[in-house]
Amino acid sequence: MQKIPNWADVVLVPLISLLLAAIISAIVLLIIGQNPIEALGILISGALGTSTNLSYTLYYTTNFIFTGLAVAVAYHARLFNIGAEGQAYVGGLGAALACLYVPWPHWTIALIGAGATAAIFGAAWAAIPAYLQAKRGSHIVITTIMFNYISYPLLNYLLNGPIKAEGMEAATPSFASNTHLPNLSEVLGFFGIEFARTGPANVALIVALIACVGVWALIWRTKLGYETRAYGESEPAAKYAGINPTKIIMVAMLISGGLAGMMAINNVMGEAERLVLNAVEGAGFIGIAVALMGRNHPFGILLAALLFGALYQGGAELSAEMRIPREMVTVIQALVILFTGALDNMVRMPIEKIFLMIRNNKEAN
Amino acid sequence: MDLLALFDIAVLDGTVRLAVPLLLACLAGLFSERAGVFDIGLEGKMLISAFFAAAVSFETGNVWIGLFAGIASSVVLSLLHGLASITFRGNQLISGVAINFFASGITVIAAQAWFGQGGRTPSLTGGARFDPIVFPGALTKIRDIMKADWGMKVYSELLSGHTIIAYAALLIVPLVWWLLYRTRFGLRLRAVGENPGAVDTAGISVQRMRYSAVIICGVLTGIAGAYLSTGIQAGFVREMTAGRGYIALAALIFAKWRPWYALGATLLFGYLQALAIRPDILERAIGFKVQTQVLDALPYVLTVIVLAGFVGKAIPPRAGGEAYVKER
Repeated sequence: MQKIPNWADVVLVPLISLLLAAIISAIVLLIIGQNPIEALGILISGALGTSTNLSYTLYYTTNFIFTGLAVAVAYHARLFNIGAEGQAYVGGLGAALACLYVPWPHWTIALIGAGATAAIFGAAWAAIPAYLQAKRGSHIVITTIMFNYISYPLLNYLLNGPIKAEGMEAATPSFASNTHLPNLSEVLGFFGIEFARTGPANVALIVALIACVGVWALIWRTKLGYETRAYGESEPAAKYAGINPTKIIMVAMLISGGLAGMMAINNVMGEAERLVLNAVEGAGFIGIAVALMGRNHPFGILLAALLFGALYQGGAELSAEMRIPREMVTVIQALVILFTGALDNMVRMPIEKIFLMIRNNKEAN
Repeated sequence: MDLLALFDIAVLDGTVRLAVPLLLACLAGLFSERAGVFDIGLEGKMLISAFFAAAVSFETGNVWIGLFAGIASSVVLSLLHGLASITFRGNQLISGVAINFFASGITVIAAQAWFGQGGRTPSLTGGARFDPIVFPGALTKIRDIMKADWGMKVYSELLSGHTIIAYAALLIVPLVWWLLYRTRFGLRLRAVGENPGAVDTAGISVQRMRYSAVIICGVLTGIAGAYLSTGIQAGFVREMTAGRGYIALAALIFAKWRPWYALGATLLFGYLQALAIRPDILERAIGFKVQTQVLDALPYVLTVIVLAGFVGKAIPPRAGGEAYVKER
């Protein structure tokens, strides 16, 4: 017998976890002498107040969908990929190389070509930790963290040397105008809807939504997805059923890294239109919180990515208007990971007790 | 080519300096993991301790009070990790990740609210820092050391002139060995990481053993963090741990969860870090210039090679990473 109904598991438990995270964040704000209610107001208006703000929120959302999906796909195979940050960074290198050195005739083809290159670069960066896990049993958590730390000096070298543009800044030259992705105002304008011209949200959001559907189909509608979930549930049982662990680990991590790399079409191609140092800005790590919050389901990830997108954009306004450091978002992210991921039972157990009580009462009557 | 330059006294001195926080964090992880609790939150605990040690040292002017504050903050995060992974049987990796992010954010927020200097503490001077201990007769001026003979150099720069924490860290190694292998507590601690069921059957509380291991881990990471901000540097700056917690974990695997090996492994990583800040010495030794970014990446690349098991197989404690569920 199931202890709690499905809706409580999917909605109630995450909601209470979120509430706990919010309460502690409010306490942190009180301690540093800020007004949490005022902060919440600025956070919301900063994220959704104008269509430009909304565009920024959706831009961050797009990043977090990609990294959230990346973490989730690996997690279904019970692989904890902390390397989405580095994979997205190296994916950005792939997108930049494709945009700089290939004369794309039209943005649609550039999107496909550079997107594929970004995915391949991201997947390649995930492939080594995956191989080491599958073949040599190296702990994937630590190796992917190490690969994050290796990607920074690598990009630092490239952006200060071989692919650096003229000038002081560590960045590549700007991409050719043929690779310019239409932003959301152009996309929506096509349908006659007015939207902020200045915001960074772009057509990559649509690709991210397609990726959500793709990941859903992959995990719940294909043999590979079934095998991945089976392996994640129980390695010995999966092995007994003839599922090849090496294959699952490799494929799950390649898809994971590929999704993280794909993020580059949003931040590198869609927004900056060149590769700069620290282009990922922590989106890879936020993907961990997004995946946990979204229960590793693409629809949940979409909602969690929207939430974190709003938090990220609203957080920027907070630091501008109330001098609350942007690191507040990191703290909130940590609390969400803590409550939804590690302290899950602390929230779940009392709820289970309540439902059990209700059920017993009903049976008694 | 001058391979002897690789043993330049300044690099060796830097090795000891940089190995100390790694060693303390590595031994901290050793306690936790030997008791069956994986801890990738070493990084965050070092960071929060580095901040509180520096902040309280600055406020009180007394580095010992700062050290205590740093340890206390680290132990609080340890207890949080214990709550999540021991009491509520949560995922130990996720708990560790959350702790790292929490520390990374809260230290900057607290530093900003406290001192308003962009997420750092003011520079520490005088009694707010750990002073180097100078051995009798040791030279202290760099110019004198440069001119001294080899034996004097080793005595003055390598052996003398470290802070009390550095010497204490080296003494902790045999202490940890003795505690683990020669006491009843150590036997039970190791047993709880291998076969908690058997320990439970013997009437010993698995939870209590694991909590004590996690608290010891918090104390040691606390010392490591305090050493960073009040020993090596004079104050806290954001993200000043720079991945040391993760390198300590890799060293722990390299060391096969053994105290003396941990000393060797952390000295090796300390050496690589010391070399990375002296590219001129490496250039003199191997005869060509190495990109600084290669040196930056080197400890992490080496860690991956270590993890890949190219230096012998490391078998972790068997019950590591799993919460113990008492049978009824």
